[in-house]
Amino acid sequence: MKNSKNTKQIAVAGNGLLDRRLFLSTGLKFGTITVLGSASHQLLSKEANKQSTIDPADPPWMHTPGGPFSTYGKPSAHEREVIRVPAPNSAVPGNGVSWTPLHLLEGMITPNGLHFERHHNGVPQIDPNRHKLLVHGLVKKPLTYTIKSLLKYPMHSQILFIECGGNSNAGWNKQPSRAQAGYFHGLVSCSEWTGVPLSIILAEAGLNKGAKWLIAEGADAFAMNVSIPMEKAIKDGMLALYQNGERLRPENGYPLRLIIPGWEGVLNVKWLRRLKAVSKPIMTRNETARYTELQPSGKARMFSFEIEAKSLITSPSTGMLLASGQGLYQITGLAWSGRGKIKKVEVSTDNGNSWTEAQLQEPVLPMAFSRFRIPWRWDGNPSILKSRATDESGYVQPERDELVAKRGRHGFFHYNAIVCWEVDEHGLLSHVYDKKNALDTGNISIDAGWD
Amino acid sequence: MIKKMRWIPVILVLTLVGTDVFAAGAAEGPQLGQAVSKEEIARWEISVMPDGEGLPVGKGTAKQGKSVYQTHCLSCHGKNGLGDSADQLAGAEFGLTDEYPDKTIGTYWPYATTLFDFSRRSMPMHAPGILTDNEVYAVTAFLLYLNGIIGLTDEMNAKTLAKVKMPNRDGFINVYKENQKVD
Repeated sequence: MKNSKNTKQIAVAGNGLLDRRLFLSTGLKFGTITVLGSASHQLLSKEANKQSTIDPADPPWMHTPGGPFSTYGKPSAHEREVIRVPAPNSAVPGNGVSWTPLHLLEGMITPNGLHFERHHNGVPQIDPNRHKLLVHGLVKKPLTYTIKSLLKYPMHSQILFIECGGNSNAGWNKQPSRAQAGYFHGLVSCSEWTGVPLSIILAEAGLNKGAKWLIAEGADAFAMNVSIPMEKAIKDGMLALYQNGERLRPENGYPLRLIIPGWEGVLNVKWLRRLKAVSKPIMTRNETARYTELQPSGKARMFSFEIEAKSLITSPSTGMLLASGQGLYQITGLAWSGRGKIKKVEVSTDNGNSWTEAQLQEPVLPMAFSRFRIPWRWDGNPSILKSRATDESGYVQPERDELVAKRGRHGFFHYNAIVCWEVDEHGLLSHVYDKKNALDTGNISIDAGWD
Repeated sequence: MIKKMRWIPVILVLTLVGTDVFAAGAAEGPQLGQAVSKEEIARWEISVMPDGEGLPVGKGTAKQGKSVYQTHCLSCHGKNGLGDSADQLAGAEFGLTDEYPDKTIGTYWPYATTLFDFSRRSMPMHAPGILTDNEVYAVTAFLLYLNGIIGLTDEMNAKTLAKVKMPNRDGFINVYKENQKVD
């Protein structure tokens, strides 16, 4: 390893990217990145005035007793803007999504209250004592399980991302979305899930020959159902009871959720009530009319379960300002792949002319978020920031033009192209498409909504 | 008893070979599942397979389904399935290779049985499960009729529905199967 003298101040790629090992060797001071357009930004000056009399050397909160204990902790009132942003259907308020504010978070774990939501007809409030799992179909012994009984099974825990197949789908639009990073790419979150390996339950029921698929069904008002290849269900499936150490939240499937690691979110059926072993997929509405990707040929990709490698810079990102002017900033972001571990994330600040590897936060886990970081010296000139993930299978995240050329723009699902943030001369960031070979002109809306 | 016991290891081996998936060996569970009768399973069962398995007794025509549609579906899916706050279901102007493709039941859905499975379990959104099996058959028939797939008085029932060949039946590439071949 180079020592600090060698790495200090040495650019490793064009336009001021510095060696990631600087993190280890020197005390870096990064510039301030602020989120524009938020109420807190507008309130900033008001609050600053009000609090200007407070002396941090001798603040008033050191002279009055603090607040009481709480039965369940909440974030500081000063963090009130760190929220999911819901986007419900106009006629059915329980049908839609809410986005994880990825651009306001750090680390690899998504707090439970901020895990993204995709509901088809609301969040059922299920009494765990009145909920059962039925396992039947091509099995020797059809069985029902109560939640109490499942809690007595041997458990395991795994840190895994879940990504909605429709995440980032505004990327198919001809014009770049103006939404903040999380409200565009935040239908993905990462949690530690704990539960019973599905293989144990399937072994107890005893699969018959020919049981090649598993139909999973939820106990919501949509009775959400989907077919899952048996091989994957047995290899990786989990009946999750806990998320980040506590029992599942209602909006994440309480009391029981199926987890299918690395595959699109819709397979991770919430409020799981039934598993039916069958020989062929049932061809539900959500695996035919939806969650299939229409290609330019007129044929549609079906059962495209796997989430391919993806990354984005979460800070600085669109709608943020490099508020300290030219100087040193920390670039940070997330990468993930349904095929295993992230092998490397490269960052470019000159629109892809040169790239350098960012530092990956340990531990790097398969099918989980990997946090990357790299220092960057901004010289005050317009720049374009990009990140590019490579996973352990060798798959490299594509440029948007490559993805659109291959898949067209009516696939709606599985958008995983490289994300570009443009920094203008004032330090303001906005979302742009790759400017080298921009294919797109005009305006078009995506051709399907969240229903 | 002894004879029966002798079969147990054989059955276990068959299970392993048959599914080829417990090779790594699942951890042994405490066997806390409760046995469940066929009658009890029938009370849970709402799956309808592409070959018609699971379709209940009942029948309906598009003629009968029009009023079901107007009562329960029109407010979200619009007149004649042209779409509103919810999906366009019929009346596609453009094909799947056009610049603005219309993915309707007629141009996109590969199986008619999906309509029954989905409408019975999930629709209408404000009161799922409210439709009788006859009403589901009738509204399914109406949607197929709107898409020019069946006639106004063609009866849809457990036998006829699975036989309806959808125009886009062969319009899908099974990516999972393709990936399996590569491996």
